[in-house]
Amino acid sequence: MKNRMPIVLLVLAVLGCLAPLAGLYPVFLMKGLCFALFACAFNLLIGYTGLLSFGHAAFFGTAGYVAGHFVKVWGWSPELGIILGAATSAGLGWLIGGLAIRRQGIYFAMITLALSQMLYFVCLQVPVTGAEDGMQGIPRGHLFGFIDLSSDLTLYYVVLAIFLAGYGLLQRVVNSPFGQVLKAIRENESRVLSLGYDVDRHKLLAFVLSAGLAGVAGATKTIVLGFETLTDVSWEMSGEVVLMTLVGGMGTLLGPVVGAFVIVSLQNYLADKVGAWVQVIIGSAFVLCVLALRKGIVGTIAARLQPKAINA
Amino acid sequence: MNTEHILETRQLGKDFKGFTAVSGVDLQIRRGHIHALIGPNGAGKTTVFNLLTKFLRPTTGQIFFNSTDITSEKPAQTARRGVIRSFQISSVFPHLTTLDNVRIALQRPLGTSYYFWRSQNSLNQLNARAMELLELVDLALFANKAAVELPYGRKRALELATTLALEPELMLLDEPTQGMGHEDVDRVTALIKKVAQNRTVLMVEHNMKVVSQIADRLTVLQRGRIIAEGPYAEVSSNPQVIEAYMGTVDTELQGAH
Repeated sequence: MKNRMPIVLLVLAVLGCLAPLAGLYPVFLMKGLCFALFACAFNLLIGYTGLLSFGHAAFFGTAGYVAGHFVKVWGWSPELGIILGAATSAGLGWLIGGLAIRRQGIYFAMITLALSQMLYFVCLQVPVTGAEDGMQGIPRGHLFGFIDLSSDLTLYYVVLAIFLAGYGLLQRVVNSPFGQVLKAIRENESRVLSLGYDVDRHKLLAFVLSAGLAGVAGATKTIVLGFETLTDVSWEMSGEVVLMTLVGGMGTLLGPVVGAFVIVSLQNYLADKVGAWVQVIIGSAFVLCVLALRKGIVGTIAARLQPKAINA
Repeated sequence: MNTEHILETRQLGKDFKGFTAVSGVDLQIRRGHIHALIGPNGAGKTTVFNLLTKFLRPTTGQIFFNSTDITSEKPAQTARRGVIRSFQISSVFPHLTTLDNVRIALQRPLGTSYYFWRSQNSLNQLNARAMELLELVDLALFANKAAVELPYGRKRALELATTLALEPELMLLDEPTQGMGHEDVDRVTALIKKVAQNRTVLMVEHNMKVVSQIADRLTVLQRGRIIAEGPYAEVSSNPQVIEAYMGTVDTELQGAH
């Protein structure tokens, strides 16, 4: 398993480099990559720690607003905006996670949902976010002050690099001594506790890492699209990331990437053809996935290839 | 405080919303002993275990480990002192390999459990010790199998290996032979006796044959209270104990199953 990891990363990198040459629209790809990273970050909790966060939009959106504000109003370069956005989300993750991990199961999910809804209403009320109008006209600027990002293709390769770095980090986290403890917590929490591990602190670190990476994804998306709106902090967004992860296959590293691209593709290509029906189609796809592919797309394929495989 | 006792409780009690599960328990576990905690169903044995390992907070009383008051500690703190428990139902990490199950315990003393940036290859140094432990419980052949695929008796053996991995000073085993066939019971009994040579064991056990074979002392609980304590021969002839087992005592105490 573990020696296949660098190969997967390499294949993703090659595919990513070739994708725009195959005629795929760079903005679509960038959006896909941002959501893929978001879903991967979310998967660290649900797939590897056994925690269902139902408020992950809070981290995605907050980082977007923070990055957008500092790039637009203070003229920061995009990489600093993304770093600050991610750091803010990680801090927020420490607060929300710190409260939520005191409870388990559905109560954990409800606390994350409630706290992220509070944040949604804060974003709706404070002037800095532009409330219902959103934050518009965020410039892409120059990476490190000298690489002009106004070309879609240039920006695409930057986003690809960010995604690969995030994905690589998560790969490492999952296969680290820390990741081993997380998987053990997912499998049997009280046993981990009885072996002398401080379960809550491990969960909290996982939560902060996940929130920080969700922040990287959210901030990057803001730079790509040039705006940030309430959609990104809404509970629908929290639901969407659950959907992406489950469709792709939770607890597999590649699953959320596949899931994110499936959902983003459906939204992109169907939106102008069937209008609001896109939600119905995505809903049906989800139901189908849950019924037919219980482990998600990647999980099911992996199980077919290796009937005896255990925890990728 | 007597240093001859590794663990001591004073007037330990636990109420659950008006229901008294355990009350006034004065337990003394001698260092190096195998001490059995027995009693009918619902006597409070598992509750005592949960109190000793801090999974439950006592309503009254105190707990001393090596003369230190550990009453208000958290479960992980007490575990790090070297008090490691097992659970009544098999408690493994089902979707990890048998080897990884043991390694989870072995990796804790390394102190790298928060190192999310380090490769898990850094844990390979533990493989030799993990295999040793698996061999001890006859599981070496299953090292790369997922724990969920093991038969029940093997799961319990794996749990024992995981508990042993931490070299506990005091091992608390909650019904280690429960649900096992004859052969497994004998094997596990011998194993417990073997690993207890340089440590103390407190075990909840229903199988009187096992208790009579390896326990140095017994404590009998009934309805949350201690009704007898002493060596097997003494306790098994105690009329109150016989009554507690409601007449089935003859077969029970002489080692049915």
